[in-house]
Amino acid sequence: MSNESGASLQPHQYPGRLIVVEGIDGSGKSTQIRLAQRWLVSLGYNVFFTEWNSAQLVKKTTKRGKRKKSLTPTTFSLLHATDFADRLVSNIIPPLKAGMISMADRYVFTAYARDHVRGCDREWVRKVYGFAPRPDIAFYFRVPIDVALKRITMARRVLKDFEAGMDLNLSPDPYQSFAMFQGKILEEYDLMVRENDFVVIDATLSIADQQRQVREVIRQRLTAYQRKPRIA
Amino acid sequence: MSQLQFFGQGLPYLGTYDCPGVLITVEGTDGVGRTTQITMLREWLEVQGYGVVETGWTRSELIGQTISQAKQGRLLNRLTYSLIYAADFADRLEKEIIPALRSGFVVLADRYVFTAQARDMARGVDRQWVKDLFGFAPIPHLVIYLRIDVASLIRRVIPRGVIDYFESGMDVALGDDPYDSFKKYQTILLREYDRMAGEYGFNVVNAKWQPEKIHAQLREIVSGFFRSRRLLGWARDSDLIRDPDRVDQSLASAEVAS
Repeated sequence: MSNESGASLQPHQYPGRLIVVEGIDGSGKSTQIRLAQRWLVSLGYNVFFTEWNSAQLVKKTTKRGKRKKSLTPTTFSLLHATDFADRLVSNIIPPLKAGMISMADRYVFTAYARDHVRGCDREWVRKVYGFAPRPDIAFYFRVPIDVALKRITMARRVLKDFEAGMDLNLSPDPYQSFAMFQGKILEEYDLMVRENDFVVIDATLSIADQQRQVREVIRQRLTAYQRKPRIA
Repeated sequence: MSQLQFFGQGLPYLGTYDCPGVLITVEGTDGVGRTTQITMLREWLEVQGYGVVETGWTRSELIGQTISQAKQGRLLNRLTYSLIYAADFADRLEKEIIPALRSGFVVLADRYVFTAQARDMARGVDRQWVKDLFGFAPIPHLVIYLRIDVASLIRRVIPRGVIDYFESGMDVALGDDPYDSFKKYQTILLREYDRMAGEYGFNVVNAKWQPEKIHAQLREIVSGFFRSRRLLGWARDSDLIRDPDRVDQSLASAEVAS
């Protein structure tokens, strides 16, 4: 499957399986992947979980740069890509090679959306992440902005600057900024659904209903997967 | 209005802007005398009244230190190595190179994306991927390649002392001793530079010549470039800074344009 930009991810040949979840903050994707992980472990699968919520290198570098504004869209994108490449090589690929199920909370699609919204060329970002293997299942938890925002405020979480896109100067109010920034991210995700074969889950449903759908999809797609396969 | 040409999509969020400056890059492996030549070239240009800005390959204020730390801990695999150098370059590009070009400076770059490409190739990274990665980089107006053969290179580098871990590709285990690894790594680098010399039209200069002779050759190349630029009407020479008093003024106009 290729897209117009000719830069889609290549399928991997590892004996393991790669399952990723995507969605904006407050979509509930982390809850869902944790429940799916528990379930797979209870069935006796070997599962390794990794998340990509913030890049260590970005944190370190911005701390050094004192002001967050010292990062441009391109340096921001490339530092995240460096961090992702490190996690890919050290956390995501080894379980795949060992024939395990590798689960990732956020994958390259987060970068596709975020970096383009920040101003990077859409096609360029896809090419930069061209080294990543195509996931066997990519769940996309789709949720309207107001629902996401309500969940975040209910949890009384303080919005992080980058998550609210504060550096883009969309609005001085973090909540307003979040709504505008994540709204654009949402549009980007929607553009990716077809080209990346996302399994779209309605994230306004109850946690249990969503999880039932998630498990059903995983069950179907793991039929050809050997639980104790050869290792690469 | 003079605009920069890019290898790929460039930096779309910067919009369009006037860029009267000139970007000259000097490529070549270690030990070919790049620094000496850049110093001499700079002096010659400044005597003629051109404003010159120099930029190196790993000196970004923001990310330079992160790279040094990562190298010390040898935390880099070949992908992260490519990406972090690209990030470092992007930082210098947006904060030093492009602002200087917009203000009409001659920018002398001690190595450019070609060095990154050559190193990445030597580390076994996909060629097309590296080219795409640097799609945000402006195409230099002039590339000078100081070329040397492996045997001469080795005899120049060995007397300096310990062979650098990364300069010898030890991180990708090209050989089981520093010398073998260095030789293999530099051989691949040279092959890549030679290939790119054809692809991108480098001005190849024999780095085994005496420094003065190389410098004379560089003068010829650079003045030839300025001459053809005028003839082709690409830019007026008056766009370039030839009087330090004009610097602030041009910077101010670049600000307004953005």
